[in-house]
Amino acid sequence: MDILQILSNTAAQILSPTTIGFVLAAIGLAVHFGFTGLLNMGVAGFMAVGAYGFAISILTFGLPWWVAAFIGILAAVVFALILGIPTLRLRGDYLAVVTIAAAEVVRLLFLTTAFRPVTGSADGLSGFHTDFRASNPLPQFSGNVGFGPWSYSRDQWWVIIVGVILVVIVLLFVWALMRSPWGRVIKGIREDEDAVRALGKNVFSFKMQALVVGGVIIALGGIVTAMGTNVNPNVYVTSQTFYIWTALLLGGAATIFGPVLGAVLFWVVRALLSNLLPALVNIGALPFLSGEQSQMLVFVLIGLALMLLVIFRPQGILGNRKELTFVK
Amino acid sequence: MLTSYRYRTFRSTAIGSAKVIPRKQTAGTVLRMLNQHSTPVPARRRRLGTALIAIAGVLFALWATISAPPPAHAADGDPYRVSGNVQLDGAPLPGIAITVDGPGGVQSAETDADGKWSVAVPERNADYVVTLDESTLPEGIAVVDDTGADETPNVREVHVGPGGRVSVNFFIGAGERHTTSFFDQLVERIINGLNFGLMLALASIGLSLVYGTTGISNFAHAEMVTFGALMAYLFAVVIPWPIWVAIPIAVAASAVFGYLLDAGLWRPLRRKGLGLVQLMIVSIGLSLVLRYIFQMFIGGGTVQLPGSVPESLELFGSVRLTIVDIASMATSIVVIVAFAIWLQRSRIGKATRAVSDNASLAAASGIDVDRVVRIVWIVAGALAGLGGVLWAYFRPGIKWDMGTSILLLIFAAVILGGLGTAYGALVGSLIVGLLVEVSSLWIPADLKYVAALVILILILLFRPQGILGRRERIG
Repeated sequence: MDILQILSNTAAQILSPTTIGFVLAAIGLAVHFGFTGLLNMGVAGFMAVGAYGFAISILTFGLPWWVAAFIGILAAVVFALILGIPTLRLRGDYLAVVTIAAAEVVRLLFLTTAFRPVTGSADGLSGFHTDFRASNPLPQFSGNVGFGPWSYSRDQWWVIIVGVILVVIVLLFVWALMRSPWGRVIKGIREDEDAVRALGKNVFSFKMQALVVGGVIIALGGIVTAMGTNVNPNVYVTSQTFYIWTALLLGGAATIFGPVLGAVLFWVVRALLSNLLPALVNIGALPFLSGEQSQMLVFVLIGLALMLLVIFRPQGILGNRKELTFVK
Repeated sequence: MLTSYRYRTFRSTAIGSAKVIPRKQTAGTVLRMLNQHSTPVPARRRRLGTALIAIAGVLFALWATISAPPPAHAADGDPYRVSGNVQLDGAPLPGIAITVDGPGGVQSAETDADGKWSVAVPERNADYVVTLDESTLPEGIAVVDDTGADETPNVREVHVGPGGRVSVNFFIGAGERHTTSFFDQLVERIINGLNFGLMLALASIGLSLVYGTTGISNFAHAEMVTFGALMAYLFAVVIPWPIWVAIPIAVAASAVFGYLLDAGLWRPLRRKGLGLVQLMIVSIGLSLVLRYIFQMFIGGGTVQLPGSVPESLELFGSVRLTIVDIASMATSIVVIVAFAIWLQRSRIGKATRAVSDNASLAAASGIDVDRVVRIVWIVAGALAGLGGVLWAYFRPGIKWDMGTSILLLIFAAVILGGLGTAYGALVGSLIVGLLVEVSSLWIPADLKYVAALVILILILLFRPQGILGRRERIG
């Protein structure tokens, strides 16, 4: 068992485009759930809409990458409006079921063979990175540069830089938003919708705005993930939504840095376990498991972590118990 | 007692209208339900006895072809290749005529002794039309399209991509050749839809009951469905006992599973006073845990219960029905009717409806709410387990995520019918089942669930409380 290799793999996960995409998605979900109290169970749908909007704009319409990213964002806005209009007047769990259903509809539409020329069906889309990579301002170098486990190629560094800048901008934006009057109304809606309505605020409109803002941030997560890897419908499954929820609740739903911490921790722990458990099986420390089963054990543990978090520490690592008590 | 069910008291202020539901009205409903001896059983209205007539053999048509490497007898020097493999139940079919039309003109091929064929074509990045001549197939079999959407499944359009190679698979099975009339297809779909809907009803009634009595939107309900199928597999294949012994044991095991979930998890959490949203997320975590534990036991593949590809009975036209279909529908109907009588007539059934209506009031009238909730979990487990066994025959096959794949349809059915109402779940399930099956006449098979989910979203626009639901639940 090569402990160093396992730790290195785990550390490398921190800066991968998948983790950065997860961080952004968790921040968007924090806007939805943590601050507004919206039970969005369609996170994967928002990510898929962003990622496919980005990839299809480049592949089918030949647009430059930054226009494509803008179209991905626009697609998320439209998706949020479609979801919000029928459900935001209803009780929270309706929104949960409708968003999860809508995310599944989105995935099935990208998966069906009927639109294969545009969506690539089950194979997904690839080969749309040329324009994005060409805009890389970094000096030319070959091979991997960096230190220790964080050694990446020039293309990878470019994705990481764009992703991290986006995360910082989004964090500042959400921080400013949540201490603004708008943010106070949003948090008021989470605590007691009727009280906010009694103060003369249009709750429906505020919820819709929050759904759009959070949805755009989640879609940015999808776009950053797409910049680093291919787009595949099998990524945007319901489980993906649940993992992002786990990450958010781990860090603290109603906090600014909670989603960042939660998403990074989620991936670090997941990478550690999926490297460590098979290694333990190999040296015979887990005699009752096969290598394949130990990978499933990772997901069992993630589910268990989600249950225990919600039961015993619903405010997460950074949260304040008074701030979020799962109202409703 | 009252405090432990505090969370069940829904906020009665309806959004927009600030309407307050008068307590008296709710109380009246509870008392009325307690005194009610009316006998309407919606299930009886569905005279399925007369409708139990037909189903398509095509459903069980086998995936009989696999992609094959190009055989050695390629016709000429053209660089790119369209090839395939024609098999029935794994046995190669030789001498089947295939024509390929496209750039380079019409070319023909015949399958060899291994059932393989191949045509060399001059261009890639081009479209070709591949036709299998059905008159060269043995008597009684045909190229089938289990979606029913394709009028001529023996004609396929393929695209030779940059790779320059494509394999074309035809689905060969016992089925009528592509002359099936639209009416026959429609009848097939409707009967399939009823079968699917009844199976869904078994699963969704339990979910709706649990929601009605405890307020939990139980995402782990899908795993209770899978559990039933897995138990049937354990007792019918692993042990192996006869299937008619295994299924009742599987249902009993599912009931025990439902009881254990309540006693081991949900009751302590209710005592702890967790909110509804927290309970929902706990159920999501539980669903992940159970799903991957199932996968640890049976792996990622599909296993079959005995008799899952049975003889089919020909009825009229191309409409066929298998013994399993008939047994499945009959079982569903009998169980649903028995359940309806139980819910309507028995003391505990009435108590269940009372708790579902207003838990605090039911507790105040002397109903042991904890006991009712426990029984609801047992019943929900048993119904979901039976639904899982039938789903394993309908798909067909047992897979670790088979329950999850219909979880959203179950939710759609429950919301369509009205959250928390048992009969609503039945009506919703039949609608969803029919919608899924009949819509595949027009839309691609891999999009058939989409129709049901879109309808779910649309119905929330116009009648958010569902078909049989009550207004006060939605605020």
